[in-house]
Amino acid sequence: MLPRVLSFGVRRGPLTRRPGTLRGGFSLDWEEKLSEIKKKIQSVLPGKPLHPLYDSSYLPPDHSDVVIVGGGVLGLSVAYWLKKLEKQRGALRVLVVERDLTYSQASSALSLGGIHQQFSLPENIHLSLFSASFLRNINEHLAVVDAPPLDLQFNPLGYLWLASEKDAAAMENNVKVQRQEGAKVCLMSPDQLRNKFPWINTEGVALASYGMEDEGWFDPWCLLQGLRRKVQSMGVLFCQGEVTRFVSSTDRMLTKNHKEVKLKRIYEVHVKMDNSLEYQPVECAIVINAAGAWSAQIAALAGIGKGPPDTLQGTKLPVEPRKRYVYVWHCPQGPGLESPLVADTSGTYFRREGLGSNYLGGRSPTEEEEPDPGNLEVDHDFFQDKVWPHLAQRVPAFETLKVQNAWAGYYDYNTFDQNGVVGPHPLVVNMFFATGFSGHGLQQAPGVGRAVAEMILEGRFQTINLDSFLFSRFYLGEKIQEDNII
Amino acid sequence: MAAPWPSLRLVAPIWNRSTRGIHHLGGAVDPESNQKKRRTMLQYLSDYFYDVESLRGYFLQNEMDKVHQKNRFRDKEWIRPDKYGHFSQEFWNFSEVPVEAVDASDCVINYEGLENLHLLKELQSLSLQRCPHMDDWCLSRLYPLADSLLELSLAGCPRISERGLACLHHLQNLRRLDISNLPSVSNPGLTQILVEEMLPNCKVVGVDLAEGLKLGPEEQPQDTDRPVPA
Repeated sequence: MLPRVLSFGVRRGPLTRRPGTLRGGFSLDWEEKLSEIKKKIQSVLPGKPLHPLYDSSYLPPDHSDVVIVGGGVLGLSVAYWLKKLEKQRGALRVLVVERDLTYSQASSALSLGGIHQQFSLPENIHLSLFSASFLRNINEHLAVVDAPPLDLQFNPLGYLWLASEKDAAAMENNVKVQRQEGAKVCLMSPDQLRNKFPWINTEGVALASYGMEDEGWFDPWCLLQGLRRKVQSMGVLFCQGEVTRFVSSTDRMLTKNHKEVKLKRIYEVHVKMDNSLEYQPVECAIVINAAGAWSAQIAALAGIGKGPPDTLQGTKLPVEPRKRYVYVWHCPQGPGLESPLVADTSGTYFRREGLGSNYLGGRSPTEEEEPDPGNLEVDHDFFQDKVWPHLAQRVPAFETLKVQNAWAGYYDYNTFDQNGVVGPHPLVVNMFFATGFSGHGLQQAPGVGRAVAEMILEGRFQTINLDSFLFSRFYLGEKIQEDNII
Repeated sequence: MAAPWPSLRLVAPIWNRSTRGIHHLGGAVDPESNQKKRRTMLQYLSDYFYDVESLRGYFLQNEMDKVHQKNRFRDKEWIRPDKYGHFSQEFWNFSEVPVEAVDASDCVINYEGLENLHLLKELQSLSLQRCPHMDDWCLSRLYPLADSLLELSLAGCPRISERGLACLHHLQNLRRLDISNLPSVSNPGLTQILVEEMLPNCKVVGVDLAEGLKLGPEEQPQDTDRPVPA
């Protein structure tokens, strides 16, 4: 019926040749009209594929206001807060592009799931406190109609950091800062330690700091799935694909000193499908780099770091994947139900898992011992040589342990100062970072997500001031070192 | 309703000591001979002189008042709301009196509300039975009561699991812990054993250790062998 109506108006127009249409005898305007009609219908029914000949529902949409590269806990947290804080319902179209929807290599899923506030930087403490209160009320934040409530399996037993003589003064300072910012941490002497936890061997320990509230460990997979479910219910689109190209436009501007600065703006993201050469160009306004261990590749695609060294153009994103091992062992005589997550002076850490005397733990290798991050194979000799001796020295009962299982995961390790990168890039104006947290990304994800959403929607950080986490510190050389990293 | 365990008194009555004191008119404890002599003289005097008798009566009344003041909670120890849910205004007179026991059974107290309990430095008994919003996060907030808390009851709270029970290890003075009817605890018997290990001085009640155990084939009761049925 529609073609007949159109033909009425067009019949009197000049008959010209036009490149192949399905029906015969119409003017050139017909193609434009058809695409206009398609666009109109598409805007009324978003998300419906309009190709009548083939199914394109697996492809991402043609346009999206925000494209989040990386669907781990940080990317989902940014998506959640963007949709939560948008001014009007449906104002933002958000697309999350995740290369592997099974999360087989994702740091979020392989994480130990710990949360603690015992940091040396006030911003980190605030982020953890915010995240703790988010997790406490997770069923109010992430409630979805007709879906069962989330059970995070949170274990509120706290972290116990042990310090030797030379670190004791720094630990005392840190605890003072932590208490000032509102974390509930107490300091313990070796005698008090022995009283409370008789299974610890306090040789070499001068001071210990014990988190009393809002610290512990939880199930990261549950948080991930909860965020995913909520975010999908809020209207965020998911796509399985890999970002292979950013197409950007350049603005040449002059500084006060008449030096030329090239400001780039990404306007198209090419998302390539799995096992295929097919890609979909997605028009976008903002790109968020939450790709975790692979953030540096995404940044390089946008041209970050391509330039002479020691300039802003030449400053690369210093995030690289570092492999870390987690071992599971069984020890029937080990520490009891009350044992916290113990972080030893040597960098070894362990915690209890469940009621059955199973323990999880590991150790961060030193710079020389760093394993090759090419794959996620577990090195069992590392446990024998580097982890077990320290465990047995600190907890004598662990001399008779038996390893049951082990896995490896990546840290998105920030080689500059082991703290996260948050906020926009000074030159690629619409790329925002939410990555580089070097092992404490999971526990700070809700806070960081909110910060990035506020930066995008309001233009500045409102809840927690993360100005010191901006990208520009890599160029200016301002390190914000975090000491308490395991 | 009355609490399931015997109510605690605020102060034990000091009746006997003070009556002896009356007879000595405030003096210290004396050996018996002095007691007899004093008694007889005072008794003798008060038998013969009305003023001495009334003076004695006056001092007795003073001491009695003091005792009653100290024992004033004997019949109304628990401050309860009336049938409209209001607390009586008398409550404000007791602002200096330390609170010994709180019965918050069936209350909708939550994480933020538990902060109010931190001010009760002499709280000895806390009952949080069947509170629907008590979960593991809330239990991690009980550690400031460690010095004084002797009894804790968490029976019937639907959200508490063994992970929350583990953070009760701060309460080293606890003598009685009730963890019956916790539906979210995955293995009640094992949890009870581990909690008992964690709190060696505490009596942990509420879990029947035999529940969940089945008799093996060789442990079946051998009733068929008995000549006379039980």
